[in-house]
Amino acid sequence: MDLGLNEAQQMLKNSAQEFLEAECPDTYVREMEEDENGYTSEMWQKLAEQGWLGLIIPEKYGGVELEFQDLAILLEEMGRYMLPGPYFSNVVLGGMSIMDSGTEEQKQEYLPRLAEGQIIVTLALNEPSGRWDAEGIQLSATENGDDYTLNGTKLFVPNAHVSDYIVVAARTGSGENDISLFIVSSQTNGVNQTLLKTIASDRQSEVSFDNVSVSSSSLLGEKNQGWKTIEKVLKWGAIGKCAEMSGGGQSVLDMTVEYAKQRTQFGRPIGTFQAIQHHCANMATDVEGAKFITYQAAWMLSEGLPADREVAMAKAWVSDSYKRVCALGHQSHGAIGFTKEHNMQLYSRRAKAAELAFGDSDLHLDKVAEIIGL
Amino acid sequence: MDFKFDNVEEEFRSEVKEFIEKELPWDWRKEDLDAEDEVDSIKVMEFKKKLGEQGWLTMAWPTEYGGQSATHMRQVVFNEEMAYRGIPAGDAGVRMVGPILMLYGTDEQKEQFLPKIANAEINWSQGYSEPDSGSDLASLQTKAVEDGDDFVVSGSKIWNSAHAGSDWMFMLVRTDPDAPKHRGISFVLSELETDGVTVERIPMMWEAYRGLVTFDNVRVPKKNLVGELNRGWYVGAALLDFERSGVDRPARAKRILEDLVEFAKENQKNGTPLSTDPVIRRELADLAVQIETARLMCYNVAWMQSQGQIPNMEASITKVYGTEMMNRLYGFGVKMMGLHGQLDPGSKWAPLQGRIENAWLRSFGGMVAAGTSEIQRNVVAQRGLGLPRG
Repeated sequence: MDLGLNEAQQMLKNSAQEFLEAECPDTYVREMEEDENGYTSEMWQKLAEQGWLGLIIPEKYGGVELEFQDLAILLEEMGRYMLPGPYFSNVVLGGMSIMDSGTEEQKQEYLPRLAEGQIIVTLALNEPSGRWDAEGIQLSATENGDDYTLNGTKLFVPNAHVSDYIVVAARTGSGENDISLFIVSSQTNGVNQTLLKTIASDRQSEVSFDNVSVSSSSLLGEKNQGWKTIEKVLKWGAIGKCAEMSGGGQSVLDMTVEYAKQRTQFGRPIGTFQAIQHHCANMATDVEGAKFITYQAAWMLSEGLPADREVAMAKAWVSDSYKRVCALGHQSHGAIGFTKEHNMQLYSRRAKAAELAFGDSDLHLDKVAEIIGL
Repeated sequence: MDFKFDNVEEEFRSEVKEFIEKELPWDWRKEDLDAEDEVDSIKVMEFKKKLGEQGWLTMAWPTEYGGQSATHMRQVVFNEEMAYRGIPAGDAGVRMVGPILMLYGTDEQKEQFLPKIANAEINWSQGYSEPDSGSDLASLQTKAVEDGDDFVVSGSKIWNSAHAGSDWMFMLVRTDPDAPKHRGISFVLSELETDGVTVERIPMMWEAYRGLVTFDNVRVPKKNLVGELNRGWYVGAALLDFERSGVDRPARAKRILEDLVEFAKENQKNGTPLSTDPVIRRELADLAVQIETARLMCYNVAWMQSQGQIPNMEASITKVYGTEMMNRLYGFGVKMMGLHGQLDPGSKWAPLQGRIENAWLRSFGGMVAAGTSEIQRNVVAQRGLGLPRG
């Protein structure tokens, strides 16, 4: 057993903290909440230069070829600093979908450009039904000779507005799992996007496909095999999100402890009051739990071990514990914490979005129930 | 990162399981023993003797004192397997008196006590809490006055196992009433079969007792003083490097959850199995997640120790979280059983032999003993997070 980070991981963590401290201050986060794109191309270039866009892409496709657990460490820091922009949707959702299901030719075509920051890819999975299972995918892809025609609506597609390509999960048969993935240029005729206004000021879109014709070469991997990839992407996504939440929770705890030391009422720092001390102790407990339950699942995914149980447990725990951490953070900060000018609300809005992403605790607890034999 | 035990540890786990299956003198599937209960403690001591013969009772002791210098993770494996089967493994002699003697004891004290502790020949009782000194332990008032070759001890010690066959008590006594409170305390060993010692039983709300011991001018030979006079507070705080992750709680909880899942599958409410009720499914799943999280936090404490780090805040976190999780687990278990949940052990209608009901009542003790949840949270906030003292 080794519950710590190895030397390379510690270096990655340190350099991520150093970079984000310098390049992603809260002023940048706030600016990007209002920005049309939600990130700057300078930032994107820098992320590419760090090697982070290709962090887990194999070397032969121009990546750094680290493991998923390393990516989790990086995402933890990105969550701590609330890095805005399409990093997560590009690397975890778009990139890993291609890595998992693409043919050799498709990998050659997309992954090197993704690693260098030349293209941005996202994944269009959810639909207006809001379901997370294969039946929730109703957008149809009908075969017409060498082409497919896509019809339907995708919802909550992250960063579609700045994407070059969208990996689309489409129904190609009547069997429950007859799902195929297509990689479609975002500019294709018939693809229309509308930005949604969301709680975390992130950029999610409704993307409609109106008789969109794509060639069969845009089928990622094999026909009717897409759900297998989506099942994996949902696990990577859930744990990636847990890592972000884990870092966010640590930041909220640090911020609250600092505030409790500085803020004076009744002639002494509020951190001397046992009520506030116990809020902080409870937050520390939740943060500690989130870290290890996330790392365990990330490690298992890295090792290619069956991790259904650990992933479901992690997403269930972290979704709820981050929410508790934010609630106590708010309570300890008093009124200033829920003003726009304070960073506390930046975290609590993101915590809610992250809770909903890849299934909330109820969805994952239902999985756990089955796994423990109920 | 690596979240699995190594092969040697897993082999040891199998060895422990096999040993328990063969040697345990009671049916762990049906009984839930309380080491501080007078009837149960006899069985527990009997099993500890077998562990002593196996060398496992003192596996964490250094080899020079007859131990095995077992690694922290090996101790975790052992403690998990014991706790899963509800075997009270915490032995005050092994975990507290032995290590304290190794650090502070005279050669004579070491010779007199260590072999007997290792063979489970002494049943120790802890003499720390007093009726008026709980969380503020250093305010303790039991006094020991020097008189020739003896101390003369007067006062009372509470919440111990003196009623359950204890032979000796290790205790903190006030030897200098004028010094600041932490600096007038000494650590002494007292035989309980002595003139002036009275042991009373205090009935607990679950089916067990705790001891209240009154010392009325009891003579304790000075050779039973451990460490320096008036330095007892610091002697008592000494810790050998035992794994102190509290992993027994999630290990025990895992077993209880398995019982509750079985119960939910086998029993019905309004004509359908409990296990199909969505609320019950989610509650049990949520408890499973809490147990898993507690387990990992405990592993981290042991792992930090194995790396030579001192897990202060982390150990307090596992104590608070683990004991409160147990209380939620048993509390839900009782509720899930409906009206039957209220039945005492011994009733023919009691589900799971009434163990869940009794354990729920007992679980309040966990949140109070050995540093209340409130004291532990203070430790996390002040020592861990650096918040100022009030």
